[in-house]
Amino acid sequence: MVGFQKWRRSESAQGLFLISPTLGFALLLLAVPLIMVVALSFWTQDYLTLDRTFTTANYQTAWTEPMYQYLMARSLKISIFVTAVTVLVAYPVAYFISFHVVPKRKAMWIFLITIPFWTSYLMRIFLWKVILGYNGVINGTLTGFGIIDEPLSFILYNQNAVVITLAHAWIPFAILPIFVALERVDRSLIEAAEDLGDSGIRRFFRVTLPLSMPGVIAATIIVFIPTIGDYVTPRLVGGPNGLMISNMIELQFKKANNAPLGAALAISAMGIVTFFALVFLWMNRKYVRGPS
Amino acid sequence: MTQPIIRLSGLDKFYGEFQALSQIDLDIQTGEFFSLLGPSGCGKTTLLRAIAGFETLSSGSLHIDGVSMEGVPANKRPTNMVFQSYAIFPHMSVAENIAYGLKARKLPKAEIKASVAEAINMVGLEGFDDRASHALSGGQRQRVALARALVLKPRVLLLDEPLSALDKKLREQMQSELRRLQRAVGITFVLVTHDQEEALTMSDRIAVMFDGKIEQVASPQILYGKPSTRKVAAFIGMMNFLDAKVLTTSGDNLEVEVQSLGKLTLPLEQATGGLDGCNSVGVRPEMLTILMGSQTSEREIEAEVTEVYYYGDMTYYDVKLPAKEDPITVTMRNTAGREVLEVGAKARVGWSTSSLLLLK
Repeated sequence: MVGFQKWRRSESAQGLFLISPTLGFALLLLAVPLIMVVALSFWTQDYLTLDRTFTTANYQTAWTEPMYQYLMARSLKISIFVTAVTVLVAYPVAYFISFHVVPKRKAMWIFLITIPFWTSYLMRIFLWKVILGYNGVINGTLTGFGIIDEPLSFILYNQNAVVITLAHAWIPFAILPIFVALERVDRSLIEAAEDLGDSGIRRFFRVTLPLSMPGVIAATIIVFIPTIGDYVTPRLVGGPNGLMISNMIELQFKKANNAPLGAALAISAMGIVTFFALVFLWMNRKYVRGPS
Repeated sequence: MTQPIIRLSGLDKFYGEFQALSQIDLDIQTGEFFSLLGPSGCGKTTLLRAIAGFETLSSGSLHIDGVSMEGVPANKRPTNMVFQSYAIFPHMSVAENIAYGLKARKLPKAEIKASVAEAINMVGLEGFDDRASHALSGGQRQRVALARALVLKPRVLLLDEPLSALDKKLREQMQSELRRLQRAVGITFVLVTHDQEEALTMSDRIAVMFDGKIEQVASPQILYGKPSTRKVAAFIGMMNFLDAKVLTTSGDNLEVEVQSLGKLTLPLEQATGGLDGCNSVGVRPEMLTILMGSQTSEREIEAEVTEVYYYGDMTYYDVKLPAKEDPITVTMRNTAGREVLEVGAKARVGWSTSSLLLLK
């Protein structure tokens, strides 16, 4: 009892009390559902009843059935594309703001970049449909000018549309960490590189880029992890060929009435994402630490 | 005289309305250890950066080795710089840092390796080749920065307050080491510093700068012994100032009325910055003596001790002269048998006309 009294007054206890509402909230809404999904993935569903005997059959199906393998591979491929496009587009923007915008305007630029993201995501997806569609802005303009005779069909209801829409959605989240990393690059290092004889392009690749890698890796993680499980975008602009693993998970939980298989697919996808995240974190550690 | 390695003429630099450098004319000779000395904000770093190619000139010209540097970017100039922050690349080891400029020149690998090893030797960093920069002390980082610049064998090495981040002991050690290195490699060094002691001990010549202008360029001895203006005299070392007025000039002699000291005849050469606008006389504290017992001096004046600062080897006295409000400072070496006076004591201050400088 004395020990407890003492503990109650300690700093760590006070810290725990302080975060307890948030902690409770997080446990309730994150940890508990997660545990439920994990448990579910080891059970079997028989129409409306759950058979609670332990089985790994769901995982066997999830990892061996060609359709699930294929969807998982496609999800990975799409999110790798999205990440690559996003980071490649975000880097020059972040570079421009960090190096060419006068310091007192930088905050305004960052603010302007975030403005489109105050609109609902659903709204933005529909806007992309308008832009990319069969009679959309792009096709309308191109046919109007007589550049093409037939509307382009490769830009909507397929994987390209998913990549374009997702890349646009995630760009600010990639710009911010890269911008922060670039802001932290000591400008005298770039001057030193110039002084030591490097031209602009060479000092970018030898100094600026390596020193901003932590930002690039952060951007990669931030974009890659959520896009692999994205569900709305492929559903709305992906067409039948653009569907991803999350659409299949939904299908299992709802129409196919096989929640345990859906749970196993979800947990498998999570495992794969975790693996990639760990690889990125390891790369980040390498860059942050520098040569040992 | 041979062609100067650096020639600046009529150099101006504006930042908007603010004039950072105005009408700089300066020649720096080959093989010199040259210092730019001045208080912070006087434009000395701007001048150094202009030589390095990091600042464009608003007007005027800059020649290095007889070649105009107009439009020549920093990476094409025969200069290398040691930055104030050292600017050691954090993602590279010591050896990689030093090899940076050699790699930029695309030299063969074997040659780079040999040069790096030689440079590491020169600055005394043997065994640190693979050390990461964050695992280096301030002094070691400084050595890496030096080696990285010197390995390229520049015509001119520019140093931007390289010692300001080091503690006193290390700073003194690096001072003599820089001097030794400069003699060994024979490269022209241009050093920016706000530390007058550093400039005096290391340099062959010093340019003293105030408010974007060069006030005086001279050797350390001349700068200290014969400063040309009151500003320079006050900035370098300690100096007592007395109001003065030139009464008449006759040939090589000046008739001067000096506060507290009275009417004097001084040789014209003691007006070090010319006669125009001279209104004060300067005298270094160590040129004055507190006379004891039967000691005599060329001239002497009665004074009262108002403050005593005892430093062990030296004693600094503030003494009040008749007809002068602020006290002046006298420094005395504490030799055997010399007693330290107390505040309020009467003192006879010995001085000589040859130690007075007539300044504007």
